[in-house]
Amino acid sequence: MSPLSTPLREKHVELGAKLVDFAGWEMPVTYEGILEEHSAVRTHAGMFDVSHMGEVEVEGPGALAFLQRALSNDVAAISVGGAQYSCLCNEEGGVLDDLFAYRLGGDRYLLVTNSANHESDLAWLGRWSRGFDVAVRDVADRYAMLAVQGPHARQITTSTLGIQLPARMRVAPVQIGRRPALACGTGYTGEDGAELLIDPEIAPAIWAELLDAGVVPCGLGARDTLRLEVCFHLHGNDLTPERSPIEAGLGWCCKEETGFVGAEAVARARAEGTAEKLVPFQIEGAGIPRQGNPVLLGEEEVGEVTSGTFSPSLELGIGMAYLRVDLAEPGTEVEIDVRGKRRAARVGSKPLYER
Amino acid sequence: MADASYPDELRYHPEHDWARIEGDEATFGITWYAQDSLGEVVFYDPPEVGATIAKDTAYAEVESVKAVSDVIAPLSGEIVAVNEGLADAPERVNDDPYGEGWLVRVKLTDPAEVDELLSAADYRNLLDT
Repeated sequence: MSPLSTPLREKHVELGAKLVDFAGWEMPVTYEGILEEHSAVRTHAGMFDVSHMGEVEVEGPGALAFLQRALSNDVAAISVGGAQYSCLCNEEGGVLDDLFAYRLGGDRYLLVTNSANHESDLAWLGRWSRGFDVAVRDVADRYAMLAVQGPHARQITTSTLGIQLPARMRVAPVQIGRRPALACGTGYTGEDGAELLIDPEIAPAIWAELLDAGVVPCGLGARDTLRLEVCFHLHGNDLTPERSPIEAGLGWCCKEETGFVGAEAVARARAEGTAEKLVPFQIEGAGIPRQGNPVLLGEEEVGEVTSGTFSPSLELGIGMAYLRVDLAEPGTEVEIDVRGKRRAARVGSKPLYER
Repeated sequence: MADASYPDELRYHPEHDWARIEGDEATFGITWYAQDSLGEVVFYDPPEVGATIAKDTAYAEVESVKAVSDVIAPLSGEIVAVNEGLADAPERVNDDPYGEGWLVRVKLTDPAEVDELLSAADYRNLLDT
């Protein structure tokens, strides 16, 4: 199967991006270098083509009741123009996906899914929507998505595109390139900024305008280092259908009293505790941990790294690992087996990086 | 990052390593192509001085943000020096892969192996295919 490409593919090629396959999409991993791009987002403004993300519209009189059933968080708490992070759980309380839900109107919501899970999320949502007075629509083709992130991202986006941006964790309908668009005060970098859902046809022009305004194009490489420094989960690495949100440290976005699919299992995990817990850690000296590396305490294997990288901000190896729960306290010293070499590591607290 | 180059005075291994032969010693590093494929090098894990290394086998690791790569020995020998400067400035592998970005210096145990290495022209042809 040939890879899917975003409306910005030609822009990426023009800029000399390294393109890689990501969940079936041909995506830029970096343009000028991951370190530079990472630094641009921490100190100035960077933009990411995240058009591979999926969008699902949920609309109808039964939208709220249905989403309370489908999503782990309390969807009733989202006001019109609000945004909320949630898990999509299976009946066993495992995490099928993590997503943002935006309330666009009284009975109209938009879910932004991970590209690798978009099709299965749709099928799952379709199945659970039976009996609710609601329409579940795949609207992924309707949107290109640009994440503009960094301390100067809001100011540049506002002045360049001539739009007002909503506050953090809010969404607003705006006009971008004379087309209806959505501006969201969300992101995946730990920096302020916006995520713009725009008409795919005008995406290249908007990209070019932001580029001219000095926003640095950033690839998925920097997106990963940025999110891991602030301990945001990546589904497929840190979240899986075999792990509950409780052991992933996402109990805060699960409101079992709403009766969501998997709530009983999540409530049980919360009450009884879990054998392992997802913890952030940093390497004490040399070495870069990678996904799949075993975590050791003496000769015993006590966990496994789910995400690992070099932190450009901290200039050392960092990661997240599922670790035996009695070792999950910040400060605990363990070792990571990095391709046969033992690297000293210390359990940290979230986020690993703070300005 | 420097522009693509493959100096004529070096010999090349198809796994994208170079050797600068000086009598019965040689300096090793990775080629421009190798560092470009890898991206910005953030960590170099060198072998120990005194270690013996065998042609065509891994003797060190270089890592970028995204990936780790084994470095393959173009020739057999004993490590007589490692580039300590890379501990604080691993980006030299990108900036100057044939100069300050060298990896190890080796006393060759089988100098005849040099005949099996590629010339710069042959290596360039390999990259083009």
